[in-house]
Amino acid sequence: MTKKTITPTINGEPKELLVDQRITLLDMLRDELHLTGAKEGCGNGNCGACTVHLDGLSVDSCLVLAVETTGRSVTTIEGLAKGGALDPVQAAFLNNSGMQCGICTPGFIMATKALLAKKPNPTEHEIRTSLAGNLCRCTGYDKIVRSVLALTKD
Amino acid sequence: MKTFDYASPATLQEALGLLGRFTGDARPLAGGTDLIAQIQERRREPDVVLDIKRIPECMRLSLEKDGLHIGAAVTCSALIAHPAVRERFSILAQVASLIGSVQIQNRAGLGGNLCNAAPSADGIPGLICLNAQAVIAGPKGRRVVAVEEFCIGPGKTVLGRDELLVELLVPEPPAHSAGSYLRFIPRAEMDIAVAGAGSFVTLDPKSNRCKEARIALAAVAPTVVRARAAEQSLTGQPLTTSAIERAGDLAMQAASPISDVRGSKEYRLELARVLTRRTLADCAKQLGISL
Amino acid sequence: MTTTEKQPALIGQRIAKVDGLERVTGQAAYGADIHLSGMLHGKLLHSPHAHAVIKGIDTAAALKLPGVMAIITAADFPELTQEAAISGSSEYSIGAANLRRLWMAHEKALFSGHPVAAVAATDPYIAEQALALIKVDYDVLPWVKDIDDAIQPSATLIHEDLFTHTLGELPKKASNVAQHVEIGNGDIEAAFRDSDVVIENEYRTQRVHQGYIEPQASTAQVDPSGHVTVWTTIQGVHWARFDLASILNIPLGKLRVVPMEIGGAFGGKVYPTLEALCILLSKKSGRPVKMVLSREEVLRMTGPTSGSIVKIKTGCKKDGTLTAFDAKIWMDSGAFPGSPVAGATLAGFSVYQFKAFHIDGYDVLTNKVRVQAYRGPGAPQACFAMEQQIDLMAAKIGMNPLAMRIKNISKEGDPMTHGRPHVKIGFTEVLERVKAHPAWTSPINGPWRGRGMACGMWMGGTGNSSAHLTVNGDGSVSVVVGSVDLTGTRTSLAQIAADEFRIPLEKVLVTVGDTDQTGYTDTSGGSRITYSMGTAVHRACVEAVEKLKGVVAAQLKVPVADITYQNGIFKASNGQSLTFEQAARTSMRRGDGPVTAVGAVRRLKHAPTFGAHVADVEVDPETGKVTLLNYTIFQDVGRAVNPTQVEGQMQGGAAQGIGWALFEDYVYDEKGNIRNASLLDYRMPTALDLPMIGAEIIEVPAGDGPFGVRGCGEVPIVPPIATIANAIANATGVRIKETPFTPERVFWALRKAGKA
Repeated sequence: MTKKTITPTINGEPKELLVDQRITLLDMLRDELHLTGAKEGCGNGNCGACTVHLDGLSVDSCLVLAVETTGRSVTTIEGLAKGGALDPVQAAFLNNSGMQCGICTPGFIMATKALLAKKPNPTEHEIRTSLAGNLCRCTGYDKIVRSVLALTKD
Repeated sequence: MKTFDYASPATLQEALGLLGRFTGDARPLAGGTDLIAQIQERRREPDVVLDIKRIPECMRLSLEKDGLHIGAAVTCSALIAHPAVRERFSILAQVASLIGSVQIQNRAGLGGNLCNAAPSADGIPGLICLNAQAVIAGPKGRRVVAVEEFCIGPGKTVLGRDELLVELLVPEPPAHSAGSYLRFIPRAEMDIAVAGAGSFVTLDPKSNRCKEARIALAAVAPTVVRARAAEQSLTGQPLTTSAIERAGDLAMQAASPISDVRGSKEYRLELARVLTRRTLADCAKQLGISL
Repeated sequence: MTTTEKQPALIGQRIAKVDGLERVTGQAAYGADIHLSGMLHGKLLHSPHAHAVIKGIDTAAALKLPGVMAIITAADFPELTQEAAISGSSEYSIGAANLRRLWMAHEKALFSGHPVAAVAATDPYIAEQALALIKVDYDVLPWVKDIDDAIQPSATLIHEDLFTHTLGELPKKASNVAQHVEIGNGDIEAAFRDSDVVIENEYRTQRVHQGYIEPQASTAQVDPSGHVTVWTTIQGVHWARFDLASILNIPLGKLRVVPMEIGGAFGGKVYPTLEALCILLSKKSGRPVKMVLSREEVLRMTGPTSGSIVKIKTGCKKDGTLTAFDAKIWMDSGAFPGSPVAGATLAGFSVYQFKAFHIDGYDVLTNKVRVQAYRGPGAPQACFAMEQQIDLMAAKIGMNPLAMRIKNISKEGDPMTHGRPHVKIGFTEVLERVKAHPAWTSPINGPWRGRGMACGMWMGGTGNSSAHLTVNGDGSVSVVVGSVDLTGTRTSLAQIAADEFRIPLEKVLVTVGDTDQTGYTDTSGGSRITYSMGTAVHRACVEAVEKLKGVVAAQLKVPVADITYQNGIFKASNGQSLTFEQAARTSMRRGDGPVTAVGAVRRLKHAPTFGAHVADVEVDPETGKVTLLNYTIFQDVGRAVNPTQVEGQMQGGAAQGIGWALFEDYVYDEKGNIRNASLLDYRMPTALDLPMIGAEIIEVPAGDGPFGVRGCGEVPIVPPIATIANAIANATGVRIKETPFTPERVFWALRKAGKA
């Protein structure tokens, strides 16, 4: 039997899904649920474009099997804005131009959100270290780092 | 990609039972950051993927009398966040924060790093430095193997096909000791080590000389290796710049690297020396010795 | 501020991206984000050989696999008519016949990774399973590894019918050299004799990939009437339509190319890659087909930029006056002609004025994937050589390297290498800014640290652009453009329109249209959109204002000539007035009909951009690792429509150049397979590898176009490699003449010099 029923919670919504046991969380989100905010840039955990939260922690969803998510909570970029209001991290990237083409932006925002949950006032070096798993080819990271710095208190 | 079956047993017994029943290739899944990539890239084609994350023993992280128990599926992030690990097993926290990105650290752990048995594994030298043991469960019960003996070649371990790594047991480091791990990569983050070195020094507080030194090198041999000549050169000696330099030179003797896409043999030898020196110097600094 | 004089309200403002919201919420739809009902998944079978005759392809077993709906090979392409072979892609360097053979190997596989067949199946797993069932019979040939290999007289020929294209005597023998460019001026022998210092060196750069985070992705649907729709991630929909129509023999009117959001391109998505294959698979299966490349495929079968060898001799006088240079450049174009050697000979060598010069440029073929454009094509490779030579000569005569540059820079009226004069440029102003800036003047503290600088130029793109504008009844304005937005051009174009009308930015909506909705527009590339499409939008705005004047005149019952438009108000000489919004409302009832306008631009004059970069590095002498401490860019951008976006272009381009300098490389095995086809081992800079990047904007308005804008996106990638090489030399006394400056390369260079 190649398929299995799984019961994750996706963006706060309990789901029951029949999925191929081989499918990654990323492919399930994109192809089955049409939540295409998480992107595939490399397929092996080296670019971070597919970053989502699994039980509140940032993970590369290309390196998670969909079948692993039963009983677990998955948050994607689509689940971040609440009641029509942007999450502060989304607003900071928008207002500080922390993006160009935007393909890496959802991953950066999810990674930043997880970083700030753990460490609300990171230094520039901590930001760069924590975001090293997210590649951006357009910006040189300058305005991305400034977007995150804009969220810190100092 | 070949189809496979996924199972997530809730107990160790159930897991061993499943392992015993399967005839094909069954691969335990912890963080999956190596395994899932290998499956996606067709470098491994398991028949069964056995998720060990529901097994309590594999998720255990606790400091007991006999040392630190690190379940086989405990993540790097959990290690880094654990106060006792940061304070008393700092080399492990250091190592855990070097493995991959934050996203990887939230999934990957030292158990998987060990079982993947890459010559370049950043997790292994630190464990060897601390004399860690691998606790293995199989149909005939448990056995304990020193981490140093666990890997027998690139991607190869002592694990039988019906066996499972349950946890790592790390004895508490003695007083007056310090450990340090450094790996060398071209970028500042995200790369596989071109070479890595872990050093661990225990001082005799009376003489201020090295009682014991353990040095383990990554990515310079088919498995992580001890630099025994370098270690011996330090035993009974004060930790001085010249002793450290000599240990660095001797560390090269333990290395038998290959040339590959990440670096040449000759360069790796140089790095083995430099990294050994630097980790020993870091140990000295932690021990309050000014060089 | 007087109300009668027009004050730019929006040009020059730091406006957040008008389409940023979709990006931060994950709603923006990129190439792979499309789902159609009944859609099939396409996968490619690649040649495992760098050079092999394809004796036969047997797809019978694969076709029998349940779920496989279609398989195509080169045989499924229609015969290429002579006319199509000439006209397709005629704007650019590859040509239709070669483009088609790049998509799918025909008779011979020319590089490892060259597609030989494609499968469409009901799910990706089945498609992949089918690939394993296709049997290809290869006759493996020796492969041409690199430039050195390719130019040997006894070299294996990649194309037996390739004769060097040259203005000189035509060769009688086929070779791997596709083109020989030779330009020069003055008596170089005499100029060298007249020199106090002559320095000769060889510089090498490796192939590097554009590194866009979004792999190529296309979806095609062929309906029963033969209408074809392609949704794709491409820099220019009109070029793509032209190429696809010519090669697949589809009338232009029956082919619609729809641009998806594009997740980075940098020149690497100028040409179609998967579109034709999706169309053929859809035609054969009767269902929509989507194909998305994996990262490994991106690195194996999409184009990087050329590796190069530059042999150069330069001379100067004791007072720093440059005398002569003699350069030979070989550029590796991969399996088909088209390296940026012409760009190298022009932009790479027109930065300074020499009394005499001579350049030989060669476009050389190898059995590797064919190169594509990459930001300022050809210039970084040439700059790498020239800017190190300048530093070497300055050191030899004991002159400050910046002073030596200032002494010899090109100014308006000075000839470029092709002989035509430089137009109005801001190079002097750029270097004056460097001279006074702390990035250059501050002390460098600490051992093994050093500072380097380098300069570069880019011509700037021009080309055709079309915009269509509608003034809506509520005073808002809709602008539809045929140019794909790579970098934020929707925002800059909206600023241009809102500024011209003097209406709030929110009143302007800029939409990137597909080929059915927009007028012909060349590809987005060469830093041309804000300049050329900006001019088109501006022209449409001017036309719309004229039409609105007619509306207002009819309403106010005065002659049109009596109406003026300033600061958002239409005024008649009798004092009556209507706001823009009132005029727009009125246009629904009065005048000649709804107010629409078209802006079309053929060719503007080039508006070249100059930049100078300054970097501080620290070198670890024990490992060879180079750490970038500070980095500052100085650039004349003409006029920064949106300084934030301009800075982003400068910083992003520099970051790519820094990756080129320090990390990026292709590693091949002995059979021609890429060994580092992943983002683990193809190392692009992470956030931790870079410091904040200073971006100093200098504004010397360009002579053509409405605002003085110069295209700002290319030139930032030109100086970084040389800048960092000069900084390393300053820090260590050792000069690195080959990219990338990996720790290992730097370490052995230091060791050789007795410094490590």
